Amino acid sequence: MIPELGQYALILSLCMSVLLGFVPLIGAARNNALWCGFARPLAVALFGFVLFSFLCLAWAFYSNDFSVAYVASNSNSALPWYFRLSAVWGGHEGSLLLWLLILAGWTVAVAIKSDNLPDDMRARVLAVMGLIATGFILFVLFTSSPFERYLPQMPQEGADLNPLLQDFGLIVHPPMLYMGYVGFSVAFAFAIAALLSGRLDAAWARWSRPWTNIAWAFLTLGIALGSWWAYYELGWGGWWFWDPVENASLMPWLVGTALVHSLAVTEKRGVFKSWTVLLAIFAFSLSLLGTFLVRSGVLTSVHAFASDPDRGFFILALLAIAIGGSLLLYAFKASHVKSESSFGFVSRETLLLVNNVLLTVSCATVLLGTLYPLLIDALGLGKLSVGPPYFNALFVPLGLLLMISLGVGTLVRWKQTSGALMLQQLWLPGVLALVAGALSVVSLPEFPGVWVSVGLVLAWWIVFTGLRDLFNRVRAKSSPFGAVFKQSRAYYGMMFAHAGVAVLVVGVALVSTFSEHSDLRMEPGDRKAFNDYEFVFERMDKVDGPNFHSDTGVIQVLYKGKPYTTMYPEKRLYTARNNVMTEAAIDPGLFRDLYVALGESLDGDAWAIRVQYKPFVRWIWLGGLLMTLGGILAATDPRYRKQARRDMAAQSA
Amino acid sequence: MNPKRKKRLYIVLFIVFGVAVAVGLTLFALNQNINLFYSPTQIATGEAPTDTRIRAGGMVVDGSVKRAADSLDVMFEITDYEKTVSVHYSGILPDLFREGQGIVAQGELDSQGVFQAVEVLAKHDENYMPAEVAEALEKAGKMPMPSGQEFNK
Repeated sequence: MIPELGQYALILSLCMSVLLGFVPLIGAARNNALWCGFARPLAVALFGFVLFSFLCLAWAFYSNDFSVAYVASNSNSALPWYFRLSAVWGGHEGSLLLWLLILAGWTVAVAIKSDNLPDDMRARVLAVMGLIATGFILFVLFTSSPFERYLPQMPQEGADLNPLLQDFGLIVHPPMLYMGYVGFSVAFAFAIAALLSGRLDAAWARWSRPWTNIAWAFLTLGIALGSWWAYYELGWGGWWFWDPVENASLMPWLVGTALVHSLAVTEKRGVFKSWTVLLAIFAFSLSLLGTFLVRSGVLTSVHAFASDPDRGFFILALLAIAIGGSLLLYAFKASHVKSESSFGFVSRETLLLVNNVLLTVSCATVLLGTLYPLLIDALGLGKLSVGPPYFNALFVPLGLLLMISLGVGTLVRWKQTSGALMLQQLWLPGVLALVAGALSVVSLPEFPGVWVSVGLVLAWWIVFTGLRDLFNRVRAKSSPFGAVFKQSRAYYGMMFAHAGVAVLVVGVALVSTFSEHSDLRMEPGDRKAFNDYEFVFERMDKVDGPNFHSDTGVIQVLYKGKPYTTMYPEKRLYTARNNVMTEAAIDPGLFRDLYVALGESLDGDAWAIRVQYKPFVRWIWLGGLLMTLGGILAATDPRYRKQARRDMAAQSA
Repeated sequence: MNPKRKKRLYIVLFIVFGVAVAVGLTLFALNQNINLFYSPTQIATGEAPTDTRIRAGGMVVDGSVKRAADSLDVMFEITDYEKTVSVHYSGILPDLFREGQGIVAQGELDSQGVFQAVEVLAKHDENYMPAEVAEALEKAGKMPMPSGQEFNK
């Protein structure tokens, strides 16, 4: 009964989304306040029905209702309740329902938080969100309903959740990532609404900015969580694989980062408007493309669920309508957009343009590397894959250029700076970065190579240019020290996010250079030394979990000859589907991780064991967290609310 | 040329230059890093190049996996039920590596016709068959299950 209610609620939510997609849009076009006014209640109703539907599915999981096909194939009564609940998005159908729920959530958030928007603008934004929701609800209803039943012969027991997904990572990674993906739909809706109304101005950018920042922050967090999850759960200690699905999330992030910066220019200076709109369209289109790549089954990866050509075709059609339609609108409307001011060659605008070009070029290279194999396959020219060296070869130089421009951009002024003034600002941070970078390189155990050294110098460059900027801001104040804590929240947001870049780069550079790993054949009593650590394989134990049997290795770790800790890597056999899973043992630290994973049992008492020493690996995710924090701080700056109220007054006057 | 046009020209030149460099680098990097897939039949008949990084995939032949006694060296054979190729690998095999399972290996073919793998991939799903392997088997007309679609579910 409850699954049917869920299905019914989903159908009702389709009605709501169709109404939401059209009524306010027509109202806005005809200046009909009543029709515009339907936008908010419809958004709330849409969210209510989708939420109800989602809760019905969650209940089916919680109560082990294996007559529902989706539950039967993704859950098992032996699973603890929190994994049963997160199993809701452990497969294709449920993860789409989560996608929808989050979309409806963003829609209702816009509806609630848009008191400062003019009525017609709000109506148009919500209508665009409604249209997107319509597409996806149709997709769920027609190709991937999670509520289909196995009746009358229902299985007694579920097939179990993929053991890889029985993890904390599944609870947090998909919702955060989807919050980011889908969050760009708000920026997209604002862009389309602005194009429709012809009001592409600073006020539009100001409304759009907090939403974009917060979506970007979620996406950053989602990607960082995914990377962390892969690191500890896949068992091999890698943190980024250039897997097509990872790329699918990186592309909207790169364009989204460009968008965040370009919106700043549009708001402050009234230039780059049509470019900003284009970026907003691209950011969301790439999110849709990511969904297509992951959900259509054209890719084979850890993320791809069962493939079904209908689904692929449906999403491709959605993609074509969304991208084609918005670009067509753009082509008609964007030519009327005029810049409100100009800027000099040496100015912050130029540097942000450089930032945008570098980010979009990076995105294009990822796109090429990801789609090229698919294209060649579709043309019947053979099967191939593009290896990580391709991405590394392009990303390293582009990333370093981006870091240079980041430092310069922080210190040059809007509109126009003289070359002399710029040099006067930049020489000190430059020298300090060179000195600090050189010291960092010297303090490393051995010379890490040119690229890594440049990366370290540039990380310091970001830090020192940021400090210089802060110094410029506070030195004229009566109490300079106090002023450090009195900057705007958006400013701290920028500082944190940029510091995050520096931290991330340090992590990536050092873990890629100084990681040590070896695959060993170890018998009880065997030892292996890495730097100051020594690993002693003591024995194997048998341990039973709730739904698995485990072979647990006991590995004594010595630090400089003294006992330091004991690590317990596991090899688990999940009984429901006879899956074997590696659970790595990790001793985390700010400056190094120790990582031990079991391979397979060899003859006798010997086991294949992988031992790794990963310096600074935590810095990668720490950088991601700092960026996330920066995005959230910037998005919650009270300035937006105050200014929005003023804009509103100005527009209605 | 008035200053505004001049500035635009600079910007356009900058973008054109940037795009040209990016495209050049990209195509170069792409060319260096493409790994083509070859089926066991293609390798056995000499279609695959030696000493070049390629991918090979097939079903692991039952009873073919042989571990060295004192190291992590392992030899096994992969087949598309038409031809068989020996693979050598040193290291830890993935959890889902089993005899009778479809795998994809990345590495180089040496002059003796042995595939020297540097990476062995098996997906985290017990029914999974890599798409390349499924296609190779279909071509050879040796798909072990009702259909490839069924197998990949």
